Amino acid sequence: MTRSGWVLGAAGITLVVAASEVLGRAGIVHRDFLPPASVILTRAGELAFDPLFRADVAATLTAWGLGLLIAVGLAVPLGLLLGSVPPVGRAVTTIVEFLRPIPSVALIPLVAMMLGAGLGMRLTVIVYAAVWPILFNTVYGLREVDPLAKETLRAFGFGEPSVLLRVSLPATLPFVATGVRMAAAVALILAVTAEMFGGFGSGIGIFIAQAANYPGGIDDTLAATVWAGLIGLAVNGLLAGGERRLFRWAYR
Amino acid sequence: MRGFAQRWLLFAACVVAWQVVAAAAADPFFPPPSVIGRQMYGLARAGAGTGDVLPSLLRLGAGFVLGSLAGVLLGLAIGRSRWVFQLLDPVLQFFRAVPPPTLVPVFVVLFSIGPRAQIASIVFSVLWPVLLNAADGARRVEPLHLETARAFRLTGPERLAYVIVPASLPKIFAGLRLALSLALILMVFSELQPGAANGIGFRLQEATTRFDYETVWAAIALLGMLGYALNAGLRVVERQVWRGQP
Repeated sequence: MTRSGWVLGAAGITLVVAASEVLGRAGIVHRDFLPPASVILTRAGELAFDPLFRADVAATLTAWGLGLLIAVGLAVPLGLLLGSVPPVGRAVTTIVEFLRPIPSVALIPLVAMMLGAGLGMRLTVIVYAAVWPILFNTVYGLREVDPLAKETLRAFGFGEPSVLLRVSLPATLPFVATGVRMAAAVALILAVTAEMFGGFGSGIGIFIAQAANYPGGIDDTLAATVWAGLIGLAVNGLLAGGERRLFRWAYR
Repeated sequence: MRGFAQRWLLFAACVVAWQVVAAAAADPFFPPPSVIGRQMYGLARAGAGTGDVLPSLLRLGAGFVLGSLAGVLLGLAIGRSRWVFQLLDPVLQFFRAVPPPTLVPVFVVLFSIGPRAQIASIVFSVLWPVLLNAADGARRVEPLHLETARAFRLTGPERLAYVIVPASLPKIFAGLRLALSLALILMVFSELQPGAANGIGFRLQEATTRFDYETVWAAIALLGMLGYALNAGLRVVERQVWRGQP
């Protein structure tokens, strides 16, 4: 981004914060409904030094990271199989197309009954939501591999496994990475949602669900929401930066 | 034809296998598909269609339409101005990164428990991905196309209709597809909240408290089918819109 872009962006943030402050202080929006930005941001600052809230953030990030890892471990091999053996791919696609649209939130009550509201339940719903973007991007990436490169390797007598390993897999990796970035965003949503439903233990979602129950808790809800948004932003930024760095050749 | 057979034969085989295994296991947590199907039929006869499915779909529709209309209009406007885009981009990125369920308690306080808070949650989840995609699309319109349009003295609205919107459509539809899955998540989540009065999520939640796994599975299966149908519907709209382009 250019320097003027940074300046304008900072000005935009200031503008929005100031507008929220004015709306709150002038009494246009009721204090108990939407507190002014300074109150929310001060509270968010305090939470950064609150060991309990830090434990909540750590719990959410652990479930989120583990869930994402498991999803990658399941979706990439499956995607490679579906993408490189077309008959299997066609047949499994139908099943996948019915499974994918089930909103993973709907599984929370059932899984909570079977596994309790602990890490197992959180991981199950996170993995369920995160598998699809990675799976689809892997299959899609395999389809985009340069056929000439594959033919060349075959002409030199390489077998199918080494064509997959030397050409298809590296060419597919940027697509997989994009899938992982999309999955990371959904996984964070599901991590927080599963916590909000579970209601005990630690996690940003639990902090928010409990804050909704005491008077004046809206400050805490919004302060925690600010952190959730910042974490989402940071994760997305790190993954996008990593993609550009690792796969520079794919962004020509 | 062979592709079609491959698709549905394996699908049918899986359903049959599920039926056989689930019937043999007789685990109350995992009823066989025949039982789930019978339960869906029974719920439909008992009026779940108008009592729960319709309210859910109406809220989903209202939230999705409001959120995506606002997202497209604001996104195109923001994307067309370089400095407005740079001014608002960090703020918009932040709002997109906020997991929408965290704001459901806030919407409940703002609008009190009920359809308005539920629709607001869906609107929030839909707005940001659509807005940012529309802005991104509007930003990447070929400058040459715009100059040509100016040379032919197209007015502002004409340039919008014939140059900017068509060029932004692929991005907009990518945003809408993403928004649809988020809207479904928020539809269900807002109905799981204490105080919800009806809806597929409400029925699901209420059935778990009664250990009625057949209804739970019926609701999950229905959500899968609805999601499939809504995605297919969006694809049809996308094709129609493409065909309507000059």
